[in-house]
Order: sequence, then C-alpha cells, then structure tokens
Amino acid sequence: MSLEHSHPVKLNELYRDVIMDHYRRPRNKGDLPDPTVAVDLHNPVCGDEISLKLLVEGGTIRKARFEGRGCSISQSSASMMAQQLEGKSLAEAETMLGRFKEMMRGDEQAGEALGDLVALSGVAKFPVRVKCALLAWEALERSLEQLR
Amino acid sequence: MIDARAIRRDFPIFEQAMNGRPLVYLDSAATAQKPRPVIEAVRRFYEEYNANVHRAIHALGERATESYEEARRKVARFIHAPGPETIVFTKNATEAINLVAYSWARNNLRPGDEIALTPIEHHSNLVPWQLAARAVGARLRFFELAPDGEIRADRIDEVIGEKTRLVAVTQASNTLGTLVPVESIVAAARRRGALVLVDGAQSVPHMPVDVQALDCDFLAFSGHKMGGPTGIGVLYGRREVLESMEPFLGGGDMISSVRLDGAEWNELPYKFEAGTPPIAEAIGLGAAVDYLSALGMDNIRAHEQRLAQYALERLGALPGVTVYGPRERAGLVTFNVDGIHPHDLATVLDQEGIAIRAGHHCAQPVMDWLGVPAAARASFWVYNTEEDVDRLVAGLKTAKEFFGHVVGA
Ligand SMILES: Cc1ncc(COP(=O)(O)O)c(C=O)c1O
Repeated sequence: MSLEHSHPVKLNELYRDVIMDHYRRPRNKGDLPDPTVAVDLHNPVCGDEISLKLLVEGGTIRKARFEGRGCSISQSSASMMAQQLEGKSLAEAETMLGRFKEMMRGDEQAGEALGDLVALSGVAKFPVRVKCALLAWEALERSLEQLR
Repeated sequence: MIDARAIRRDFPIFEQAMNGRPLVYLDSAATAQKPRPVIEAVRRFYEEYNANVHRAIHALGERATESYEEARRKVARFIHAPGPETIVFTKNATEAINLVAYSWARNNLRPGDEIALTPIEHHSNLVPWQLAARAVGARLRFFELAPDGEIRADRIDEVIGEKTRLVAVTQASNTLGTLVPVESIVAAARRRGALVLVDGAQSVPHMPVDVQALDCDFLAFSGHKMGGPTGIGVLYGRREVLESMEPFLGGGDMISSVRLDGAEWNELPYKFEAGTPPIAEAIGLGAAVDYLSALGMDNIRAHEQRLAQYALERLGALPGVTVYGPRERAGLVTFNVDGIHPHDLATVLDQEGIAIRAGHHCAQPVMDWLGVPAAARASFWVYNTEEDVDRLVAGLKTAKEFFGHVVGA
C-alpha cells in the first residue's frame, strides 16, 4: 500500500523515513564524561527535554552526545544534529545552525547543505512543530555562546 | 437529553471545514467554543451600549452597568450563591485563585500552618500556594491517590489536621478526569476549622455546582471554558470571609473614599474589582450561563458521562492504547499510544480535522505520577457526539498505521 494515496500528502512531508529512523534508533545518544560544554534545555510548553554535551579540542567538535525525551521531531533533530556535528569546526557548527534556522523559516535552499537534516524541511509547514525541531539547535546555540 | 447535533449548529466555528473535513473539537477542557448567543451579546454591547461601568452619568453607562451587574446575578444564580455580592469578576480561574493566595493566605497564614491539596492540581491551583507557603513559612500537604487516580477518601483525615488552615482542591481533574470527593473534604476541613477553596475550572462548565450545598468558602472558575469569552473569570467567596479580607489590587472602583494618606475600601464585591473590569466579557459570560441553564447542567453531565464511557470503551479496545484515570470520571480521556509521542499523534489527528490536546496539561506532577513525559487528551462538551469519538478512534488507527508504515519502510 502506498502511503501517498492513503494519507494526506503533508504528513509524508513531515514524517520522512529518515526522521522516523533517527527517532527509533537515535545516533549519538548517551552521556559524555568530561564535556567541554554541556547545556540542558527544556520546553516548558510540551515537556520536551534535551541535554547536549560537546567535547571540543582545538576549535573542533570531537564528540557530540545528547540525551532527552520528546516527540519524533525533537529527538530526530537532536540525533541528526549531533551526528553531523562531530568533526566540524566551531565556525562550521555556527554555519549549520544558521542554515537550519533558515530552513525552519521555510528556506528550502538552506537545507541543501545539511545532509540528512534536510528531511526536517517539511516541519516549516507545521508552525506549531517548529519549536520541537529547534530545541536541540537552541542547545547548540547556547553551547557555542559559552565556548566563545 | 442533549441533542449534540442540533447544539453543534449553535456554534459558528463548526461551519468551517478543518483540513477538508468537518471539525472534531476535542479540546474543550483547554477552552470551549462559543455559542452564537454569547458572540451576539458581546457584539451588541460594543455596537449598542459600550460605556464604562459604575462611573458614567449617561444612558449608555447606565445600560452597561445594568448589564454587567445582571451578568453577576446570573452567575450567582448559576452556582447557587446566596447573593451577587459574593461573586467577584476576575480575569480567569488563575487570577481568582491568586486573589485568595494574596489577600487571604498571605495575611492569615503563620509559619508552620498547612495547606492541603490534591496531587493532581492544575499548576494554577498549585503554584500560587507554593508561593504563598514560601512567603509565610507554611507547608503544603497532599492527599493520597489510589492507583487508578481517585483520591483516597479514607486517608483525608490524615492530611487535614490541626495545622491545616486551608484546603485547595480541584473538583474535577483536567488530566485524569478524577472527580474529587469535595463533600468529604469540606466536612473534614470544617472539623478542623480550615477554609476550603474549590477549583471549579473543570466542573462548573460540565455539571451542576451548588456552592451552598458544597459549603465551600471559595469557588474559582473561568468563563472561557464554559462558552464565555476569554478574559473573564469568577471568584465566589463566602461573604464573611470576603469581608474580612484585604483588597488584592488597588485602584479605581475598589475604594469608597481616598485621601492622600489612605483610603476606605468599597463594599463587596467591588473591593476586589480594581480598575475598569472586563465588561463585554462579563456580559458574554452571562449569555453563556443562560445558554447552559437552558440546556440543563444535569443533562450536560449525563451527556458527557455517556461520551466518556463510550470513549473509554472504544479506546480501551485499541491495542497499544493506555488510558489513564478512574472509570467514573469527568468528560475527558487522557491516553497514550505505544511508540507514538502525543505531539506526533496530535499532528496526525490535526490533519484529519481532529483537535486534541497533547503535552503535560499544566499538571507536570500528574505526568510524573503516571511516569510519562506527556499524554494526549480528548475532552468533551455539549457539541460532541459519539461520531466524534468514532472519528478519534479512526484517527488513532490511521496514526498507528502511518507510523507503523514509516517505521517499517
Ligand atoms: C483544573 C483547572 N484549574 C485551573 C485552570 C486555569 O484556568 P485559566 O487558565 O483559565 O485560569 C485550568 C485550565 O486548564 C484547569 O483545567
């Protein structure tokens, strides 16, 4: 049975396979001892939680781990973000952050350089869910601020 | 009997399609839709007699004042209050509760005194007491829950003791649907000389509430959850208690005379209504009360009870669905579907034109007690039908299928 025929198109745009895959089998999830920076964020409206830990050496993110609970959008966003952060310089992470935010504002081009994360571009069409996708990125933003 | 299909036609919001389908609104516990007479009453006020109240020496002002005070009388009759002077208009239930927390609790509680609550209060009947307790050095105590979410009536006396000065309890829980045994709680509080505040936000819109029969000292509720406008709430207070209390907010309308070095307070209820009140909103609430009275609160309760039982049955029969709360309940069901976060569920249902609530329902301690970060909730009111429950069940099946496929793909 094809999903395209049985469900509204918009849902398929939101819940791409990649997203559900990261939700069910999150990457880079777990604790990170002795992180360079750690940020806990909590969305009081919906109860979603993200704890992001980064190990930074010489301006490069060596390890990125997250823990948390929440919906498929918030958790898959954290999983994909953490996966891609490893090996990136802080400047590159900053660029990723900017691109992701633009993608959430509806700029589809911004997502092209974001790898798997482009799967989250559909979230822009669901304004109430944008904050779910952004939670992990807000944790990244605060981490980068603390590292400055 | 409630003819929900006919009632639906009184609510203009249902004239629109939602994502191409008739709207199924299952979020009335958050805020209820508005029947035409309420919208009309507000429109008429603004178009025909908009003026300030209690101040103007002109015909418009007189009519505005009369309608505002008529709304107060309607509300008083609706909850069987002894008189309109016991009805204080506030912004919402939250403000009504805070009024008591500031004007009564902070001036009457001493260090070591206790406030008794249920562990299933909405944040708005919990946080004000945490703040007040911290300010005066009082302590919060909590009634015990049975495994199904009922309040253990046999343990009430263990919580209400010598030191208890106030008991603040919801009459109906917005998460578990628990109907709190307010009568037993009031009786226990009376034996100890404690006051009782009842949070009626989830009871007044859904069942007959009689403050004199309940014998409570305060009752707080919100207009917007009973078909009235937002921005209007009610605090009922026992006359002697209200009279003994200091004002909450200072300003115009709440004084009888002011000198530069002091002021005398106005009589009840104006002592507690500083500044220009929500006039149109109060008049709209009056119209909502008329609308509900015509339907009959007993009928509304029976209708919701039927829907809740039907929903329990249908949801209970779905594999992977966990329903929380006791069997005998208010008109709502809170639940989770295995493997689907409630936000994701709400998004899928929204695509089907079904509005439910997902999250922690402003009752995080309840979520902790359930051991879940969040839950989905379907809540019912006068315009909901069994067909709405069927649509919900179909929507849940769609969601399970959708997520199953996506995961399996
Ligand atoms: C049990 C209960 N009490 C209080 C409130 C607060 O109502 P309001 O936000 O209108 O002040 C609510 C609202 O959801 C509620 O469900």
